[in-house]
Amino acid sequence: MDTIILQAFNGLSVGSILLMVSLGLAFAFGLMNVINMAHGEFIMIGAYVAFLFQQIFAPVLGGVDAGIWFLLAIPAAFLFAALLGVVLEVTLIRHLYGRPLDTLLATWGVGLVLQQAARSIFGAPNVNVSSPIWLTGGVDIGAGLLLPYKRIFIIGLVIVTVVAVYFYLQRTPAGRRLRAVMQNRSMASCLGVQSRRVDAATFALGTGLAGVAGCALALIGPIGPSIGTFYIVDAFMVIVLGGVGRLPGTILAAVLIGLANTYLELGTTATVGKVLVLLLVIAFLQWKPSGLAALQTR
Amino acid sequence: MPKSMFTLIRRWGPFLVVTLLFLLAPAYLSDFRLSQLGKFMTYALIALGLDLIWGYGGMLSLGQGLFFGLGAYGFAMYLKLQSSGGKLPDFMFWSGLKELPWFWAPFTSPIFAIAAALIIPMLIASVLGYFIFRSRVQGVYFSIITQALTLLTSIWFVGQQAYTGGTNGITDLGGAKFFGKALLSTEVQTGFYIASVLCLAAVYLLSRWVTESRFGRILVALRDNEDRVRFLGYDPVQIKVLIFALSAGIAALAGILFVPQVGIISPSSMGVVPSIEMVIWVAVGGRGTLVGAILGALLVSYGRSYFSETYPDIWQYFQGALFIGSVLLFPQGIVGFIKDAPGKLRTLRENNSRSAAIRRAASTAAQDSVVEGGA
Repeated sequence: MDTIILQAFNGLSVGSILLMVSLGLAFAFGLMNVINMAHGEFIMIGAYVAFLFQQIFAPVLGGVDAGIWFLLAIPAAFLFAALLGVVLEVTLIRHLYGRPLDTLLATWGVGLVLQQAARSIFGAPNVNVSSPIWLTGGVDIGAGLLLPYKRIFIIGLVIVTVVAVYFYLQRTPAGRRLRAVMQNRSMASCLGVQSRRVDAATFALGTGLAGVAGCALALIGPIGPSIGTFYIVDAFMVIVLGGVGRLPGTILAAVLIGLANTYLELGTTATVGKVLVLLLVIAFLQWKPSGLAALQTR
Repeated sequence: MPKSMFTLIRRWGPFLVVTLLFLLAPAYLSDFRLSQLGKFMTYALIALGLDLIWGYGGMLSLGQGLFFGLGAYGFAMYLKLQSSGGKLPDFMFWSGLKELPWFWAPFTSPIFAIAAALIIPMLIASVLGYFIFRSRVQGVYFSIITQALTLLTSIWFVGQQAYTGGTNGITDLGGAKFFGKALLSTEVQTGFYIASVLCLAAVYLLSRWVTESRFGRILVALRDNEDRVRFLGYDPVQIKVLIFALSAGIAALAGILFVPQVGIISPSSMGVVPSIEMVIWVAVGGRGTLVGAILGALLVSYGRSYFSETYPDIWQYFQGALFIGSVLLFPQGIVGFIKDAPGKLRTLRENNSRSAAIRRAASTAAQDSVVEGGA
């Protein structure tokens, strides 16, 4: 019983990180048919932003334990990753519309360059970010079960992010334009939506979210130049399972894959668990080829 | 008659000359260069298989590294058993195994080992392909699923230390013998080099036959418009499964030839990164052209060994630039670029002369209007 509760919590935690990572990918793919293989490197950039903030601002802002630097690092990581995302969209992605497989290859190249750049700047060995003092420890829910504050914080951060994205999509003019372009690009353009600008903004939003995910990951493990590659394939699985371009599908798929990963690990090993998840996803596609929630387009 | 002679020479001449040049390479290359070239020949094989499915079929498989790895592991198991001389292979002993696992036992036979190394990857590709293509999963989804499978298998191989040698893979094969000669002797190595060249030539001819046949034309049609092919009454699933299995088999064959020449197979040569690097060979050489795939594999591999020996740090930047540049600037690759060059030059010249003519006409018109205005 204890393990089941603990695994549910761990699954939720893994799923929430996956969700944050795959949100950006899902939008870029749903809107522009772009597969961004460099997405993992934006996670890496976010994590290094957190590291830099710890190095530079922690001594000025009440020390590492106070954690003000970390709260500042989250929006900074979002902005920096989003800015780089705009640059990437304008210089490269924009020229590859209608060739999704080519964007996959080109962004893989971008990922290689970014990884090597991180290696040149920060060195190949991993670095550590020590978490603020108010995130150490955890909630004791009895029977020796401890739910770490860090994980709870990450789940909370993801919930806040998802709610913010939901409001952006449903309640702001920019979000309305995004949905319009996603449903019917040419019609939206005819009605005066500048679809290219929407593309750039969406891509930037996605990479920005990856940056925030990087900050979250910095709390729970060491940071290295290839930290992003670990999550990227799982994030793609979320997109395949969730269907393209719908928030509910992505959320459900991320949580499901997170839970499935942790529960299937129980009886077997971590890798066998992942193989089973992949097989389940392929089996699911036999039943619903366009994923959990496919967008109806015309 | 002379005319048909001419077409015959044009069709077969370059192929025969190049094959002969490669076959004679042992005469003029050092042992090191020869084994390097032999390794690159196996890469060219993989590139051919990938070109069939991606360049012609439009399906970007990111699982070629997996099939290559499975083929290589299959043959490496035979070499390892032979090299251990009836005893338990060393890595099993270190992992605490007492006796040979049952699925290793049949690999003492070379024929079984080669057959299994070829058939298992093709079987995996067929079954996986059938389920993927049946649900009409296309394009990027196919790439993602094959990539996930590759990732998981390579991690799995790392985890199964006792059965696969873990991170180190299967290595230390020097004790294996062929016809009484040691694996590392010049004779055996040259033999495997010649075998690689012959296999490459055979697979090239097979690919040429496939792409020029009706099957090949349907394959290209599938790439360009799958729905239309379906409406014409063909079954895309059959064609796609067949080409996926064929490309997997070619990759596995490359793996079989790779192991004896390089002497090691480990999960790091079969994972996600090598699989996507195989794609860049085809992209650089020219997708949809068989010569391009071979050329790309050889050029990029030589470039890599040169750069990573001299400037190891720069290589990854360079490789990144290669990915971006080959997609953005030269989507048709080297061969496609050369093929297009005469046509492009002509249109350029025509455009120039046309714009010159327009300019002349415009200036005459302007003069006329000036004259009219003055009148």
